[in-house]
Amino acid sequence: MYAQIVKSTGTLKSREDMSPEEAHFQDRIDAGEKIEPKDWMPEGYRKNLIRQIGQHGHSEIVGQLPEGNWITRAPTLERKAILLAKVQDEAGHGLYLYCAAETLGVSRDELTEDLLSGKMKYSSIFNYPTLNWADMGAVGWLVDGAAIMNQVPLQRTSFGPYSRAMIRICKEESFHQRQGYDIMMKMAQGSDAQKRMAQDALNRFWFPSLMMFGPSDKDSVHSAQSMAWKIKINTNDELRQKFVDQTVPQAKYLGLTVPDEGLTWNEEKGGYDFSEPDWTEFFDVLRGNGPCNTDRLDARIKAWEDGAWVRDGLMAHARKKSPKVAAE
Amino acid sequence: MSKEWPLWEVFIRGQHGMSHRHVGSLHAADAEMAIKNARDVYTRRNEGVSIWVVESTNISASAPSDKGPLYEPSNSKVYRHPTFFDIPDDVGAM
Repeated sequence: MYAQIVKSTGTLKSREDMSPEEAHFQDRIDAGEKIEPKDWMPEGYRKNLIRQIGQHGHSEIVGQLPEGNWITRAPTLERKAILLAKVQDEAGHGLYLYCAAETLGVSRDELTEDLLSGKMKYSSIFNYPTLNWADMGAVGWLVDGAAIMNQVPLQRTSFGPYSRAMIRICKEESFHQRQGYDIMMKMAQGSDAQKRMAQDALNRFWFPSLMMFGPSDKDSVHSAQSMAWKIKINTNDELRQKFVDQTVPQAKYLGLTVPDEGLTWNEEKGGYDFSEPDWTEFFDVLRGNGPCNTDRLDARIKAWEDGAWVRDGLMAHARKKSPKVAAE
Repeated sequence: MSKEWPLWEVFIRGQHGMSHRHVGSLHAADAEMAIKNARDVYTRRNEGVSIWVVESTNISASAPSDKGPLYEPSNSKVYRHPTFFDIPDDVGAM
């Protein structure tokens, strides 16, 4: 759950074109120093990070919806409690990220309003429906698996608050992927009907999961500057390859078939060759035409509007009494 | 006046006698709610036994540009570290 396409401001500058401040800033990044909120930073760095962290945070928040959908219908009380804990984690992850973005001078309300107006994006994956319980397994296994692939390197990102948020998130995220795989194992080892459901979930989520890494490097116009600034660590294609190499054996273990006839082991590169996802579909979903775009945004808008009187009431109450609790 | 809940900084003390440590921030209408939210956001996995919250606007911070004047003077005072002094082995542990 993270940023997929972040429009960057400005193109990659050569050393000679940098102002002394910009050159000093780049030196700090090259030396592996963390940039903190009060440090000088180029305006493009600030803007790109707000977009990227904001998009990442929005993905966590909107990402609660496809799974929240199944909390009341989990097959056992234990699975229900586990799914609830996972969805609660995602709320937490959204909050860590929003707070990191806020250190760059954007307010929480601005971030929320930009999500609700469609100005800011969230990951395309959450615009696909979760039709049955097997989808909870596929989402945890594949979607969280893809998210982890992207988030682990981001722990080393140059912006201190973002890096710290990523470290916390990564610590918590592997529970998510394991709980998904646990569901898949149960279903893949179950009755024929359950096996068919598991295979069907894999069929539907495989290519949308590959899309989570963003467009192919040759079409990814925003990467160079982000990589120089270390707000992006690996290219989209590198991470996608890594994800496929890691996930195919996991599917084999489950006895499921990855829905890609072009999938073959390439001895020479020590990885799998695989088919590209349908990029036309990807851009179409980003533009708002996926199966669930309208539902997802409607749900967020409803939550925001229905909660307005609570937010206002609590604020008015707090202003009236303003208690001070002494530190322990 | 903004209706946005103010930002609070959250400090958590873990179980093993360490100091409270800054873990992040959150929005809340008042201190009581900030503590409750901090419990939910920052201690879901037994991270702490005590929570401090303080409104972010009440924190003053040193400026990054003061780094030199603030911290450089200590660089020249190497005698503040015990390893500065050579004590003969014969003296024993010290």
